[in-house]
Amino acid sequence: MITLENVTMKYPTGTVALKDVSLHIDKGEFVFIVGSSGSGKTTLLELLVRELVPTKGKIEVAGYNYNKLKKRQIPKVRRKLGFVFQNFRLIKDRTVYENVAFAQRVIETPARYIRRQVPAMLTVVGLADKYKSYPRQLSGGEQQRVALARALVNKPDIILADEPTGNLDSKNTWEVMNLLEDINAKGTTVVVVTHNKEIVNAMKKRVIMLKKGVIISDVEKGGYIDED
Amino acid sequence: MRISSIGYTFRQGIKNIRRNLLFSLASIGTIVACLFLFGVLYGVIVNFRSAIKNIEGNISISVFFDAGIADEQIDMIREQIRTRDEVATLDYISAEEAWKQFSEANYDDPEAARETFGEDNPLANSASFTITLKDVTYQADFVQFVSSIKGVRKVKSSEYTANNVAALNKFVGYASLGIIIILFLVSIFLISNTITIGITVRKEEIRIMKLIGATNAFVRAPFIVEGILIGLVGSAIPVVLLYYMYDAVINYVVGRFSVLKSIFEFVPAGDLFKVLVPMLLGIGVGIGFLGSWLTTRKHLKV
Repeated sequence: MITLENVTMKYPTGTVALKDVSLHIDKGEFVFIVGSSGSGKTTLLELLVRELVPTKGKIEVAGYNYNKLKKRQIPKVRRKLGFVFQNFRLIKDRTVYENVAFAQRVIETPARYIRRQVPAMLTVVGLADKYKSYPRQLSGGEQQRVALARALVNKPDIILADEPTGNLDSKNTWEVMNLLEDINAKGTTVVVVTHNKEIVNAMKKRVIMLKKGVIISDVEKGGYIDED
Repeated sequence: MRISSIGYTFRQGIKNIRRNLLFSLASIGTIVACLFLFGVLYGVIVNFRSAIKNIEGNISISVFFDAGIADEQIDMIREQIRTRDEVATLDYISAEEAWKQFSEANYDDPEAARETFGEDNPLANSASFTITLKDVTYQADFVQFVSSIKGVRKVKSSEYTANNVAALNKFVGYASLGIIIILFLVSIFLISNTITIGITVRKEEIRIMKLIGATNAFVRAPFIVEGILIGLVGSAIPVVLLYYMYDAVINYVVGRFSVLKSIFEFVPAGDLFKVLVPMLLGIGVGIGFLGSWLTTRKHLKV
């Protein structure tokens, strides 16, 4: 589902964010990518969504070879991916319903599907009764679940979550992680970038650890190794 | 883009304008001002040109023939001149007519003068063609051509008037073109500014749209709609203003300076607006489209 071969990312400033990284994630896997800030986690995500183009190396996501990707194909790849961000990134002047519907509108889903799928998705994340609320009226956990609904409504092959629990308390953290696990159980590949030791250690999933742009460990059913 | 997305795109475009109302109004205001000036300028030019056309019609060239020329040869000369593209009118004035016109213009009692000379026409050799050209710019070349025809004795033209009218005509053309280009650049710049602000305000939203998989066209469309709507409103207002003002201004001018009426014929509003209305609307929509298209192309690259 995701393959990186000898990927190096060097910014114009000279900073090398990733050095010769190779990894493979299969369909249906649940993977944590961990590491302290500056380890290259965010760069890795930006490469996967094609916001960045690597200096060197080969990237393949959901069957698309990024080295041969044409500009107009970028939206097609991204429609196979769903995103969850640390700060939720909901559109503040739209309701919960509109935020989720927005994801379908931008990929030009016919209106009759939108009307059916959005409420269904809000039910999955447990927010069916809050569809009229605005983001500021929701708790952090609820906002993140809206973001999750938005990421899921287009039925992506892969969910990419960037510090999804970074702004959440322990209770909401577990709600979001349980949702991600449910989604994974239904076949969606889930990649979670985090430095939350508690969840990584508790969930016993595959853990890829980055340090200064290099993979220093890749363990099945692993835990969070202290770097020092 | 799907049909179902068009409604959404329009709503977003209108939303952009409302959310960014102050700048949108500023852009509309500038376009109104530019196109209003353009309309005024256009009205002045059209009237000026029509006046020049009138003057041009009065600038004539006289062609005189060799003494004792045969009528057949005059006919040949006539044919040679008539086939030239630049000729607007060609009139033959016989010696008798010339004498009649001359005597009427120069004697207090033309009848008596003509009797004095009796059958002896003093202008016996002064039969001529009076020619007017479609465009006085061609006069110099034309005079040279006619002078070279066999049987032509003399070509009389008012080089001075013709040159001045031609130069003025050219000057008005270039000056208006220059002013119009500047106005357009200003309008496009302002629309571009408004759209840039709209894009900046919605940067986050645009990034999310792109990450979800929106095509570039989908992201751009609301901004282009915004630009076109600004251009459309900005051109409709001066159309209405100019329409009501044109007749009022003409009536005022004619009433104030009644002498103008006899020497100057104003182009009727109907004729003017038949061209001006589609022109203004087209330009408004055009600059709206161009401004937003260029701006979105520059700012929405990912």
